[in-house]
Amino acid sequence: MDRIPILRMGETLLVTIQVDMQDQTALTLQDDLAGQIAKTGASGVMIDISALEIVDSFVGRMLTSISGIARILSATTVVVGMQPAVAITLVELGLSLEGVRTALNVERGMELLQRAREESSLGH
Amino acid sequence: MAIERAGTLPLQSEHNIVASRQMVRALCQELKLTLVDQTKMITAASELSRNTLIHGGGGTMRWEFIEKNGRPGLQLVFEDQGPGIADIALALTDGWTSGTGMGLGLPGSKRLVNDFDLQSEPGAGTRVSITKWK
Repeated sequence: MDRIPILRMGETLLVTIQVDMQDQTALTLQDDLAGQIAKTGASGVMIDISALEIVDSFVGRMLTSISGIARILSATTVVVGMQPAVAITLVELGLSLEGVRTALNVERGMELLQRAREESSLGH
Repeated sequence: MAIERAGTLPLQSEHNIVASRQMVRALCQELKLTLVDQTKMITAASELSRNTLIHGGGGTMRWEFIEKNGRPGLQLVFEDQGPGIADIALALTDGWTSGTGMGLGLPGSKRLVNDFDLQSEPGAGTRVSITKWK
């Protein structure tokens, strides 16, 4: 089974999904990320899905779960790089990815996480 | 890779779901579907492959290039010998789930394709046919 690597950049955990994942690989990533957030105290998680050609309900549910788990562990998650055809398909499938923050690309995702850090340090 | 006009793939384990997505991608490219239509068809195939494996206890995906009134299309048929579906109308309702998923697989897939046909009876398995026309 493939395992998706998790990179640490300062206070952010970075995940780039570049393979067509088996369901079990997605579940393992979810567990690994929860463990890494708790272990490193990361305040942000960025998931780059620009290489994914489809997101079905299983992967969509995984993205929603990771966002929820991270939030409970006091980290903000941002999903970046979704291809337009994937976004169109997700909406028609009926998945709104509620609670998942998104950004067009890595740079904007980093800005979003930085803002979230500043807001939380101000006590908002 | 030379593509056959019709064929069958097994859906007996998780890695078969990945294989079915890759097969459907190659078939959609052969048919020269637009990127959005390819993405929709592959996503529908992924949902239905998982249904066949999880709810049907495994089965097959059959593909065929078909033609209607001179219009080429790709038809995929997912078949299992599992427990079947008692209430088809209910199974096609958004958000209704037999327990494990989000209840989007069947109704969501139906929205992603041009033709959708579901046949099932309790104890007699399930057969879902989807078609995307070029």
